[in-house]
Amino acid sequence: MVEVEGEVIPRKRWGAWLGPVGQSIGPILLGLVAGGILLLLTGRNPLAFYGDILKRGLFSSSGVQDSITRMAPLLLMAAGLIVAFRANIWNIGGDGQFLLAAAIVSGFGPGLVAVLPAGLGLVVLCLLAALVGALWTIIPALLKAVYGMNEVITSLMMTFVGVNLANLLIKGPFRSQKTSVPQTDVIPHDKLLPYLPGTRIHVGILFALVAVGAVYYVMTRTSFGLRLSVLGANPRAAVHVGIDVRRLTVVAFMISGAFIGLAAGVEILGVWGYVRADWNPNFGLTLFALVFLARLNALATIPLVGFYAIISMGGHYAARRAGLPDDFMLMVVGLILLFMTLTEYVAARRERRATRLVAGPKAALRPGGAHE
Amino acid sequence: MSNLLTSTFLAALISGGILAGMPLLLAGLGEMVSERAGVLNIGLEGMMLMGGYAGFVVALYSHSHWLGLFGGLLAGLVASTVMVIFCVRLGLDQIVVGIALLVTAEGITSVLQRAQFGTTYPRLDSMAALKIPVLSGIPALGESLFNQPLVVYVGLALVAVAHWVLRSTSMGLHLRAAGEKPQALDAAGVSVTATRSVALLVTGSLGGLGGAYMSIVGAGIFVPFMTHGAGFIGIVIAMLSRGRAVWVLIGAFLFGMSVSLSTALQLVGVNVPQDVVNMLPFVAVLVALVIFAREAYLPAALGSPYVRGSR
Repeated sequence: MVEVEGEVIPRKRWGAWLGPVGQSIGPILLGLVAGGILLLLTGRNPLAFYGDILKRGLFSSSGVQDSITRMAPLLLMAAGLIVAFRANIWNIGGDGQFLLAAAIVSGFGPGLVAVLPAGLGLVVLCLLAALVGALWTIIPALLKAVYGMNEVITSLMMTFVGVNLANLLIKGPFRSQKTSVPQTDVIPHDKLLPYLPGTRIHVGILFALVAVGAVYYVMTRTSFGLRLSVLGANPRAAVHVGIDVRRLTVVAFMISGAFIGLAAGVEILGVWGYVRADWNPNFGLTLFALVFLARLNALATIPLVGFYAIISMGGHYAARRAGLPDDFMLMVVGLILLFMTLTEYVAARRERRATRLVAGPKAALRPGGAHE
Repeated sequence: MSNLLTSTFLAALISGGILAGMPLLLAGLGEMVSERAGVLNIGLEGMMLMGGYAGFVVALYSHSHWLGLFGGLLAGLVASTVMVIFCVRLGLDQIVVGIALLVTAEGITSVLQRAQFGTTYPRLDSMAALKIPVLSGIPALGESLFNQPLVVYVGLALVAVAHWVLRSTSMGLHLRAAGEKPQALDAAGVSVTATRSVALLVTGSLGGLGGAYMSIVGAGIFVPFMTHGAGFIGIVIAMLSRGRAVWVLIGAFLFGMSVSLSTALQLVGVNVPQDVVNMLPFVAVLVALVIFAREAYLPAALGSPYVRGSR
């Protein structure tokens, strides 16, 4: 039954594309409209607000470069989340993995780049970041693999611990003696990741695009990707085809954490050079939404992450002008995710009515679809 | 360190445990109900934030703590209707909808707070405590245990109510069946959808009440993101309680004490960094999960929407 899915009704090429694209744009528009209504209710002009976002995030040369720069860590995180989510591992603890890796990189960074030759120092720091991110997933990974403990809860708990631990490190051993505000020492600007020629965009974006491409390739063209998808679609079936479910769970979880740690390394080594205490960009749950909007397809995350980078860079400016917190964008993302589940539901119903076939593996990727 | 076990320290620990444990108790009780009915409500933290904000605003303008608490309860109820429609009626993924609800609630309360109050944080009067005549006279323990706002006793009474409803009423039986074997409940002629909807509404109300308790009774102010993971600790408590209300009470009190440990330590002159304080309850949760990993029990049909006729 399963392999028939999608083949039953021949569609026109562009029509087949239009569906998924429409299903991503629809919720985004609905989310923006709902956000606009809230802006109206609080006495702000939604058109001016969204205009500010576009002006700052897209239609200015520095804005575009900032947005593209912002895409680098987001894409790496998205790659990490996709590896986990494909295997039905809910790694929600991205923020803890990210911040802890960021703290460690900025803590050891100034010392390491001073000792090691330029390129090597950056490579070592990136590997260190990936290692920290991966290690921070071990407890949730083992608890899930061995006891079947729900990893949503455990990875979230690890996030709260990780965020505070990062702060402790920044205020304690890593604290710079040169500033009154608690922060780490600054890595000199010329020792950070180089810019692409003629721009202010650091080369991290290239790593990120390569990583996303690699994840896409591994998930769609290799046996490892297939094993992850089988595990995600049906763990019992995975056991029966001889997959070591425990090991694969731990491995997938750690790869996911490694990408997220790497994202932090690239953001620190590309943009900041240091970390301030209590810094938390809250990327984790936002990316959760974007990755689902991309239907766990690595390539599809690129335009969506680009969209979010624009509204997050532009939104910061717009929100400050409107006297609102940056959390406005958080709310819009939440609404988009809610509307997405709805449009998925409508689309799934329509499809089922058209084919009258049992839902196939594609449906497993859909929220709630696996159970239908 | 010699004065660690003095009465000041104990009293601070216990009253702090109650103050910080109450929202965990309410949230944990609510989550237990929905988990028993087969719905994993990851959006609990969002419902608490909605309740915390709405409750605070109502209390601020009505000058009544009780109206505020009720407002918080209603806000949680409204937030949970989203989950009822999306997860129970339409059968959408509970984790995705829960996270969406959480993120939306975090954003919306933060935006509304700023739009309404700017960068000021108005403060409520503290809620009058109800002193139980004889018992509050017990040295050390009495003052902290029996001199609390009335709503604390209401929360404790809810534990008994939840225990009784789950154990001894047909409603409780239906709830448990909806979580263990929804097909059987359906075959017996009881609507799984209705049962789970009621359970989620109860969860939302209790979560909203817990959030309102945090902002109105606990802190007296509303700060964005103020629940700071309390909803998730509530979920863990519900998981570890294995569906028994009394264990939710014990768990909430213990985790509440771990939150208040730092305040108590400061009273006896031991200073602990704030970040350690913030971290402690989550470390406690993780330790508890590692130790009791095999004991945690979740209903068989938890997390899966019920579709009639599917296997």
